[in-house]
Order: sequence, then structure tokens, then C-alpha cells
Amino acid sequence: MRCDVCQKNDATVYLTQIVEGKMQKVNLCEHCAKEKGVSDPTGFAMADLLLGLGATQQIEHGGQPAQKCPVCGFTQIDFKKTGRLGCSACYDTFADGLANLLKGMHKGLKHTGKMPAHLSRRYAMADRVKSLETDLQKAVKNENYEDAARLRDEIQKIEHELQA
Amino acid sequence: MTFDDIVAHPGQWLRGDGPHDKIVVSSRIRFARNLKDRPFPGWAKKAERLKILGEIQDHVAAIPAMDDGYTAPLQDLTALQKQILVERHLVSREHASKSAGSAVVISHDQQLSMMINEEDHLRMQSLLPGLQLREAYKINNEADLFLEDRVPYAFHPDLGYLTACPTNVGTGLRASAMVHLPALVLAEQINQIVNSVGKIGLAVRGLYGEGTEALGNLFQVSNQTTLGETEEEIIDRLVKVIEQVIEHEQNARQTLLERRANMLLDQIGRAYGVLGHARAIASKEALNLLSVMKLGADLGLFPESTQLAVDELFMTTQPAHLQLGEKKEKLSPEERDTLRADLVRAKVKKIPEPDIAKVKPAANGNGKKKDK
Repeated sequence: MRCDVCQKNDATVYLTQIVEGKMQKVNLCEHCAKEKGVSDPTGFAMADLLLGLGATQQIEHGGQPAQKCPVCGFTQIDFKKTGRLGCSACYDTFADGLANLLKGMHKGLKHTGKMPAHLSRRYAMADRVKSLETDLQKAVKNENYEDAARLRDEIQKIEHELQA
Repeated sequence: MTFDDIVAHPGQWLRGDGPHDKIVVSSRIRFARNLKDRPFPGWAKKAERLKILGEIQDHVAAIPAMDDGYTAPLQDLTALQKQILVERHLVSREHASKSAGSAVVISHDQQLSMMINEEDHLRMQSLLPGLQLREAYKINNEADLFLEDRVPYAFHPDLGYLTACPTNVGTGLRASAMVHLPALVLAEQINQIVNSVGKIGLAVRGLYGEGTEALGNLFQVSNQTTLGETEEEIIDRLVKVIEQVIEHEQNARQTLLERRANMLLDQIGRAYGVLGHARAIASKEALNLLSVMKLGADLGLFPESTQLAVDELFMTTQPAHLQLGEKKEKLSPEERDTLRADLVRAKVKKIPEPDIAKVKPAANGNGKKKDK
């Protein structure tokens, strides 16, 4: 059996991993096994290996192949080569293609865990602005100008805080 | 704290006590964090990596838990020193291969360690003895809360903490426990366990050895997914599974004692004999026999102090630890095997013969088959 990575040497290391009932198999030669860090279980994830073996193609399904990250200059070809992204902005640049990839990898597509405290305050304020704006539109529509003026002031106050 | 201090005092995860520490050797929590809109270490040019390191390092060293800790840029460490840190589980193998532009910061008690510019800009990990994943999470979280006010983290409202590899995005959390499962291996039930744990999105892997081979009967159980669940949910799920694995291992031990006591005593006796008399022993054989000694100690066949002696040998018989303190530049594998045997022999000679009486009553207890 040939090594799945180099396609040259005979495979001597056989990896099988079952995740959520889905069996994944990878066969490696000794050289590639070492290179991919298979001998280091603390730093090795099978998904990483699979990333280098075709899973990265999935990112191509969305967007144009020539797409380049405006922040760091990373391209889809680089991702295919390394299985790693260039910078945090790449998650926006390649968002469409990544959604497919993430779906197969994780439990969900929405982060529900902790977040930096200053950001959670900001998000809460942004949400508050959104709901106040809805109220404001309603007030204007009902010609309730007294409420509208109060809502407008409140929105301005929060937006001022957000900019600080 | 200096490098010599680290060498002289193995981390608390090795010496300390923790819940279920007979079966769960240690618990580890790792967070992956990055700076917003800056190239990840693997994509950044050296100058940029050095700049990022400069921006993070002082904040990391200022974390209260890092007081009187150890900080080293990787280019200042020798290959041997890096390898020692890997064998102590303080840095990853990937990080040990890095040089200028990367650094390591380790707390005085060695519970908390940070790798700067590994695969991500920041990898922080806490390591505690026994099953203490929630406690380790608390240590990591405190450090994280300190840093989030000082370092502009890359965070996305939907995707959470952004990481170089999409497998870590979301919580950036990897929770893992190192478990010692000799009875499940002896009873040939281990594959069943590995498979059923895998079915619920967790992974079990051998700690030493390549591929599926698990030397020393040591396994690592960890979460595989990081997005779509809270940190607490991930850890709770892992703890529940580990508690079940502990129960299976305890049952397997009990069954072996009841039905195959002679086989068990034979294995322990042979391990004691070989380790006490070998003149050259390869790493693989040493790890496997030490595991059997550890089991013997758990079952009360050896005195209490044997636990620590065996746990220390797991670490000190690894290549870099053997090389440490040797004058010769690089030991050959044969020289290492001799040195390893010397080390093990000296320790095992001090341990009295296995106290077989400790096992016999249970062996005869069920009245089915008498082992003699």
C-alpha cells in the first residue's frame, strides 16, 4: 500500500479514527508519519492530516479561485498547501468556502462559549442600539415625537460610547 | 526561575495528588489565541513574528500566575533543553522545532505554560495531576481574562476565537486527560473503548509510540471539536466519558484479579524481575514493563512510594532526560539502553518483591478456580 501523503513510499503506519461514527483511514510511510507529527499525539489531530489530503479543496466551492486576503495576501492555493489560514481576516475573505469545511468538522457553526469581556459589552450595546432604532421608527410612524426625540438621544449616547 | 530549577523540580502534575490519580495521570487544558488582523506564525515573515512576540511576551510574563516564572526565547535554548521541555509536557514537539521569533513562558509551579508563536500566536496550557479538568480550566481562564484586556484578540461574533487551523476555531479549547489503562489492554477490551469514545466526538490515542500503538498503556482522551459548544459543555462531556473509562478500567482490574490472578501476578513478577536485572533496555520495553509495575503498585503489591518512583522513571528514561548530565555529546541508542537499564535497576532494586498475599484472597474469593 502506498503512502497517502507522498504517494511514493510504502505505507507502514496505519491510522484509523472514528469520529461520530464516521471512520477515517490514513496510511503513511515512516517519513511522512514523522513529518506530520503522528508520533506526537499531544499536538496531532487527524483532521489536520485530512486537511492536507483533499479536505482543503472544499474551500474552493465558494468564491473565485484567485481570491486573495486583503489583509495578509493569503490565497486558496496557500490553504490547500498548508491546511492553515494566513490571518484572522482570512475567515471573512474565504467565509463561503470555509462554512462547508467547518460544517464537517464541528458540532455547529455558531460559537456559544466565552468571549472577551470588552467585546461582550460592545455586542450588548450594539444589540441595544438595534432594538432602540426599531422603537424609534415605530414612534416616528405613530407621530409620537416626544418618544422619538428621547430614543434618538439614547441611541446617540450609546453610539458615542461605542466609538470611545 | 532558571532552566536548572525546572530540571531539578518535576512539575506538580507528576508529584502531586489529584482525584482518581491512580488511573488518570494528568489533566490538561489548552487555549489557542491570536492577534487580530496579524499574520499567523506559519504565514508571518520572521520580522513580523519577532514584532508580534515583542508585543505579547511582556504581557504574558506579567500574568500574576507567571510571577517568578521562567521565560526563554527559543533560540536561546539548546536542542537538548527543548527536548527536556517536550518530555516534561511543557511545550509541544512542534514548538520545540521553532527558533527566533518564538518563546516559552512557564509558571513557577509549572502548572501554567505559554507558547508564543507556535501554530497560533499564543497557546496557553495548564497541567494538573489526576482528573482536574475544571480546575485546570480555571487556571487557564484567569490568565486569559488578564490577557484579553491587554492583547487585541482575534474574535468573531459567530466563529469565536479565530485560529490558524480551522479545527481549533470557536473556543480554541483542547481538553485532555492522560489515562493509564493496563487492565483494559490486558483484557483486550481497549479497542471497544477507543471505538465507543470515538463515536461521541472524542478521541483516544496512545501517548507514546507511533500510530495506534500505545506504549506504556498510556492513552490521551481529548475533545475533537471546538465550535458549537461552550467550554463547560466540552469539559463536562469529557469528564463524564473519562469517569466511565475509569470505571471500566476498575472493573477490568477486578475481573483480572478474580479470574486470571496468576496471569496478572506472572506479568507483575516478570516486570519486576526484568527491570531489576536488565543491563540494556529499549524505551519500548521499559515503558511497557513500567506500566505493569504501576499496576502492581495500584493493586497494593508494592509499597505506596513505588507510584512516584515508577512515574518518575516514565519521564527520566526518555532520551533527552538520559542525555542530561552526560558528558558525551550525543549518546548512541545502545548507550542509552544501557544507561536506561542502570537507572531503572537502581530504582527497582529498592522496591521489595511483590507482596502476593495482597492478591490471593480475591483470587480465591469467588470459589471458581484456584490459582496456585
